[in-house]
Amino acid sequence: MSSAAPAEIQAAAEDQDSIAAIVRARWAAIRSGDVGSLPVIIGIVAITLFFSSKTSIFFTAVNFQNLIGQMAGPTVIAIGVVFVLLIGEIDLSIGFLSGLAGVAVAYYQQAGTGHDYPGLIALALAILTGIVVGFTQGSIVAFIGVPSFVVTLAGLLICQGLILKILGTEGVIGIQDKQINDIANYVLSPNTGWAVAIIFTVMLAAAAFGSYFNRRRAGLPTGNVVLTVVRVAFFAGLAFAAVHVCNQAQPRPGVPLVGLIVVFLVVLAGYVAGRTTFGRHVYAVGGNAEAARRAGINVKLIRILVFMISGAMAAMGGVILASRLNGISLESAGGGTILLDSISAAVIGGVSLFGGRGRVSGALFGGLIIGMIANGIDLVGYTDAIKLITTGAILLAAVTLDTVLRRRQAAAGR
Amino acid sequence: MNGTPRATLELRGVSKNFGSVQALREVDFEVRDGEVMALVGDNGAGKSTLIKCVAGIYSIDDGQILFDGKPVTIHGPKDAAKLGIEVVYQDLALCDNLDVVQNMYLGREARDPIFRLREAPMEQRTAETLKSLSVTTIRSVRQPVATLSGGQRQSIAVARAVLWNNRVVFLDEPTAALGVAQTRQVLDLVTRLAEQGLAVVLVSHNLVDVFEVATRISVLRLGRNVGVYEKGKTNQQEIVEAITFGTPAAEEPGVVA
Repeated sequence: MSSAAPAEIQAAAEDQDSIAAIVRARWAAIRSGDVGSLPVIIGIVAITLFFSSKTSIFFTAVNFQNLIGQMAGPTVIAIGVVFVLLIGEIDLSIGFLSGLAGVAVAYYQQAGTGHDYPGLIALALAILTGIVVGFTQGSIVAFIGVPSFVVTLAGLLICQGLILKILGTEGVIGIQDKQINDIANYVLSPNTGWAVAIIFTVMLAAAAFGSYFNRRRAGLPTGNVVLTVVRVAFFAGLAFAAVHVCNQAQPRPGVPLVGLIVVFLVVLAGYVAGRTTFGRHVYAVGGNAEAARRAGINVKLIRILVFMISGAMAAMGGVILASRLNGISLESAGGGTILLDSISAAVIGGVSLFGGRGRVSGALFGGLIIGMIANGIDLVGYTDAIKLITTGAILLAAVTLDTVLRRRQAAAGR
Repeated sequence: MNGTPRATLELRGVSKNFGSVQALREVDFEVRDGEVMALVGDNGAGKSTLIKCVAGIYSIDDGQILFDGKPVTIHGPKDAAKLGIEVVYQDLALCDNLDVVQNMYLGREARDPIFRLREAPMEQRTAETLKSLSVTTIRSVRQPVATLSGGQRQSIAVARAVLWNNRVVFLDEPTAALGVAQTRQVLDLVTRLAEQGLAVVLVSHNLVDVFEVATRISVLRLGRNVGVYEKGKTNQQEIVEAITFGTPAAEEPGVVA
């Protein structure tokens, strides 16, 4: 231990401010297992290079626009997965729950049936379905103590059964409602896209510099201001680049509305997780549930709320998937790789399966990687077999990395 | 030394049963402001049960708990916290994935009316509290406690008690897992807590530590009181005998209560 040379907290903070010191500290953190977003960045670059070399369609504006639509559903579901993983639980019901929500949204807008409600009402009912299922599962986990793995496995089967029962006779419900179909298919006009990018940048800068000056006023270590500027500039640059590329896409130039929905949900959920007492308690429950309980946190309530968030996000993702196909069928309702894609997205995005570590933005980056792989494999014309094997291998790699890094961090701790 | 005549926290005739097992039988215990009261006893003497009764994890079956001379009921950890009783458990009860500030404020975060965390004041007060306790080995209050040493982690857990202006702090085996230098650090911290006017209860097996920092020593054996000894009027030999054989309180000359 370094107690031999006691350094004042303030003095130690001052020399952390130079760029060289920041780089050194970051490198030390990487070596001790805190790799941050490094694997994701490497992954995105590698996948882009690989598929661009295989097919000329991959690196085009229209494919980028298409990718946003493809990745939206699993990414939104993955936001809920992040919360569940943060408290150290798992939710296996999300795949078929998203399918059930897709069925619900289609069912409640079905014309000439007596339950043909306006689009937004149908949407609300679908999300309510997800929340109710999440509340039920969360209550069983929290109050009775049944492992979430088993509870949500049962939930998976029940949701699948309900889908079969409702769709059974016809096997498909089409969606005619314009509002619902617009969720995944509406494209913003190019100028609206630019306006959104500007608003995004202003809000980002306000948040970053607000916190910077807040800390400075309080006389706390702020880190180097250059770093804050670079960070804001980087994300603002990404936003403008994304809008620019989408505005080049033919035949329907513009940013897909669903992309905006995804970013909004990621920012909102990230805010809840990182800046509110509820989010802090979620991390605490995942880190040490007993410590959280002794600190007076209502652990049961946190668990139930997290499963409700998971249910709500699964439902929203399911509505996006149904909206994209303008309907729901036995083939599309929650089956296939939706469950594993969503969990993989969260894990690849750096959220630990062991609880307490990771960020909501991981869902977005993980969803992007999963989406790029699926998209690229389809374009190159590989079979579904290759798609499954690749996705499985990447999930395995991500989980292995998580386990290894966790051990490394624990070793570096003491 | 004891300027306060009245006990800050007092247990009178407290009993606790687990089925047919009597973990505590009519136990009396007290601690005053500004003193370090050691609580010693062999395994199964009832030390942990006593702590958990005061912390609100167990409810007592019989007897009375008095705080500042007034009878109180403690039904849960929140009641104990409201009275200003903090227990620093052996397994620390820290969240490894959270940083120092987050752990210090766990469950009692500063927030504005719309549930947003107010990080700046929390970080300021954490730094101030650590400084007031001369905990200077922690480089940044924003590093996760997973990266801290055992002594540093113990210091954080103790500092949490000070941050919340607690009146009574129970320390359960605070030096059990620590090396020599870190034990020194924690014992100094214990002394500083008492100097700041807190009533400190030190639960320990290590009589060397106990004799170094304690003002008085309470001995429990098989769930019963053996006696309370002034540090200046007793020695380790006598305490070891009290722990192992139990000595009727009235017959011992060193006994003051």
